[in-house]
Formats: sequence, C-alpha cells, structure tokens
Amino acid sequence: MNDRTRTAWMFLAPMLVLMAAVAGWPLARSVWFSLTETNINDMSASRFVGLDNYFGAYGLFFNPNNTDGFWASEWGTSIRNTFVFAICSVVLETLFGLGVALLLNQEFKGRTLVRTAVLVPWAIPTIVSARMWGWMLHDQFGIVNQMLLDWGVISHKIAWTADPSFALWTVVGVDVWKTTPFMALLILAALQTLNKDMYEAARVDGVHPLRVFFRITLPLIKQPLIVAVIFRLLDALRIFDLIFVLTSNSSSTISMSGFVRNQMVDNGNLGFGSAASTSLTLIILLTTVLFLKAARVKLSEGAS
Amino acid sequence: MNEQRPLLGTAVLYLLAALVVVISVYPFVYMLATSFKTGTALFDTSLLPKAPTWRNYDQLFHGHQPFGRHLLNSIMVATVTVAIALAMGITASYALGRIRFRGKSALLLAILAVSMFPQVAVLSGMFELMQAIGLYNEAIGLVVPYTIFTLPFTVWVLTTFMRGLPGELEEAAIMDGCGPVRIIFQVFMPLLWPALVSTGMLAFIGAWNEFLFALTFVNDDAQRTVPVSISLISGANAYEIPWGSIMAASVIVTVPLVLMVLVFQRKIVSGLTAGAVKG
Repeated sequence: MNDRTRTAWMFLAPMLVLMAAVAGWPLARSVWFSLTETNINDMSASRFVGLDNYFGAYGLFFNPNNTDGFWASEWGTSIRNTFVFAICSVVLETLFGLGVALLLNQEFKGRTLVRTAVLVPWAIPTIVSARMWGWMLHDQFGIVNQMLLDWGVISHKIAWTADPSFALWTVVGVDVWKTTPFMALLILAALQTLNKDMYEAARVDGVHPLRVFFRITLPLIKQPLIVAVIFRLLDALRIFDLIFVLTSNSSSTISMSGFVRNQMVDNGNLGFGSAASTSLTLIILLTTVLFLKAARVKLSEGAS
Repeated sequence: MNEQRPLLGTAVLYLLAALVVVISVYPFVYMLATSFKTGTALFDTSLLPKAPTWRNYDQLFHGHQPFGRHLLNSIMVATVTVAIALAMGITASYALGRIRFRGKSALLLAILAVSMFPQVAVLSGMFELMQAIGLYNEAIGLVVPYTIFTLPFTVWVLTTFMRGLPGELEEAAIMDGCGPVRIIFQVFMPLLWPALVSTGMLAFIGAWNEFLFALTFVNDDAQRTVPVSISLISGANAYEIPWGSIMAASVIVTVPLVLMVLVFQRKIVSGLTAGAVKG
C-alpha cells in the first residue's frame, strides 16, 4: 500500500465508521427484526419466527385471511398507491419539467425573474406545502373550490383531500407542483451544455422545430434526463410526509412507508413493520434495476 | 435566434412565462396573505387582507405550543448535522476525488445507494439504536438519523467538485512538500468554499425539512422540530383548525429558506446538478 492510498483510507475512515454505525447497523437490525415478533414497547421480549412476517398466516404476502385478494389488503393498497403516485408524478414532472426547461432556455426579457419564481415551490418545505395546499383545497373555505365554482368548472364543492376518488390525485398534483422545478433545473442544466451551432444549422436548413427537438435535443439530453428520472423515482417510491399530512394518514391513500410506520409505531408490531420495510427496500431495488435495464444505462459509467 | 421569432411565438412565450410565474408563486403569496387574517376574514379568499393583523404570529409564541422552542430545536439540529457532514465530507471527498485507489468506484456507488435509500428501511433498527444510546426523545438525537442522508449527499457532491479542481495546483503543492491535510485546508480551501456553502445549504434544507424521523423519534412536545410542530397544530374539531396560525408558522419556516434559495440560486443549482446530473 503506497502513501497516497494509505492517506485515502485514513481520510475515508471517519466517514465509513460513522456510516456503518448510523446506517449499516440499523439496517442490519431492521432486517433481523423482520424475522422476529417484537413489540415496540418491550423489545427485549423478541421471538424468532423465521419468514412468518412475510409468508405466514398473517404475513404480508399470500395471506390466506385476505379473502378479497392481495390488492384489497392494506399492504396491497399501499403498494398500489405508492406505484400509482410514483409513476404518475414522475411522468408529469418530467413532461412539465421539460416544458419549463425549454421555456427557460429561450432568450426573452425577464427570464431571470421566471427562473427565480420557479425555485419558490422547491424552496417550500414539504410539510408546509402540504398544509398550504390543504388550506387552499379545503372543501368549505378553500380558494380552489371557490375559483372552480366561480368559473363554472364544478357545480358543487369537492373534498379534494378526503374523498377517496380524488385524494391520491390531489397528492400527485401537489407533488408535481412542488417538484417540477427540480426536474426543470436539472434538464435546463443539461440543455445549456448543448452546442448552439447545431441549432443554427438546423434553423438555416429550415428543419421544423418539433423535428429538431425529437431528433437533436432529446437524444442529446437522454442520459442526464434518465439520471434525473431515476433520482425522482427513488424519491417518489419512499413518499411519506406529503401523504401523511395532506390526507391525514387516511387508509385510502396510505403509501408503503406510511404502512410501515403505522405497523411499527401505531400498532407496535416492530417485527411485522420491519418485514414491510425490508420488502419495500427490495421492491425499490428491483424497480431501479428493471428501470436501468429498460433505459439501458449503467450507473457505474457516471461514478467512474 | 431571438430576432426572427414570429410575433405570435413571442406572445405565446410570454403568456407561458407568466403562467409559470403565477402557478409557482401564487400559493406562497396566498399563504402569506392568510397568515395576516383572523376570524371570519379567513374565509374571504381575496389576496389582500382587509384588516391585516399580527395576531396569528403573536399567538404562535404565546400559545400552548412552544413554537419558539421548536424553531431553536430545528436550527440546532440542522446546524450540527451540517457541521458533522461537512467535517467528514471534506477529507472523504478529497480521497474520493483526488486519489486513485482500488475499490473507489464501488465505494462511490455504495455512497450513492445509501443516499437514495428509503428512510423507513432503517426505522426499527434506528429506534433501537436511539434508545440504546439514550438519544430517543431528544431533539439533538435527530442528528444521528439525519447523518444517514446528509453525509452521503455531502460526500457525493463535494467529490464532484474536488475532481474538477486543477491538478497543477496540487502537483505544485506536493513539490513544495505539502502534505494532504495542508493541500486540502490551505491550497484547495479558497477554491472549495463556494462548493461548501452550496452543499452545506442543501444539507441544511434537507435536515430542516425532515419529517419521518422527527415524528417517530421525538414524542416530548418541548423537543419537537418545526415540520412536526406545524403538522400537529390543530383545533378542538375539524371546524376549528387554526388555519391562520398554521399559515403564520409556515411563513416563519419558509421565508428564510426562500430568501436563502433566491440569494444563492446559482450556487444551489450548481450543487444540485453536481449531485444529480453527473451521477
């Protein structure tokens, strides 16, 4: 081992030790708990039950007590909610983000002002944005219902956050409002690295702008776009705070993370909750791998 | 390409720009307006309060919830978290960004993986750890779980900055007999501090906004942080939710962030893109 290498490991040691202590150890313990029956109030009285929390009579999967089928169970609902939320919000955020980025990439008076304004939703904490929209979407006194009534879009006031047929879509909407700026800024950064001459040439040749977009711009920003989408997808799949606050932890909009917390803290089933959190981690991991396969990118390319 | 844009295109462009600005800013302005309304004025949806009042703000600090204490808790937790992340991140990112050694790519990938991890994955193990080290129910204890996401993020972003620093500078310093510690803190520091500011700020925002751990590991009212505090403000029943106070608390928590983001927007955007696009 030469001097430089020794320095490198010495410099990394404090971080590695700390990460092992605060992330590695708790993760290992959580996986262990998932194989036990443990109550949060008396953790010493833990009993090893093998894979019962996953596949047992009251387990997460193949539970014979779910007479209405897996997707009707609370766990199934939380998986479905999480994926509906993640896919819809990420698709919308990517499309809107692309639109806003293309807009900000144009030269016009007041562009700086628009870019600054776009940052505002991103700067607002999630909890604040949840409560703020909770107020604006209030069924009785909310400004959104008021506006839509005035414009004649709806005929009666809607309980956006409480009505199960609207609540999840409301969550998607609020998340899109808050996170589109993040996507727009990442895409804008990619757009600004593109060569201007190419566009000049395309314009001189009279190529239709839409064709320019699909044939030149999109292929060139594909790589950073996919990375941004992965970041968002991973973030969306672990959603908790927005749903918990905006829809008051209701069972119709519960997410996987919400399910885990409910089981662990509210019901005290640390073991069962850990099984759910471990499953959640595996599901996210699997989704990421599948997505990367489908998008044909290797993450190691960027990390080298 | 600006001068040849047709008139219609220009009109559409400005219309879209105006729409984007209104959608982005209006909710924030409405929140600000609501925070100055009380009583029945709350149900009036106009943007300008007819009788603006500070009562909501006043009540926050003199009500039954110690909001001032929650603010101090949040500031303390976020500051300590950032200090730890930066202190460890600087040396670690020097090793990852400037030194070639075996296993580096794997390590970087592991760091990225940890920062993308779902927080609930460690919830039960962290609960046990916090109780074991006696930090459960203490605001300052939240530094422990917050390090899980701030430290990998800090290391990752600083590594991309370190990698971009000129190699000649380091070579010259080595020629002059500088050790790695002096290279980091005397040669690189002047170039590095903008990156430290932006990374530190993003990490601060992350810790400031965190909700799941704060909700789970702190039950004592005096030890809470502001996101939990805001989520818990409620009235005696569904019709008595003190929306004015909630909005006032939200404004207090948000305005510093919005100002910070607006003032440092270039630095923050470069930090974000270093953290994601190059990833």
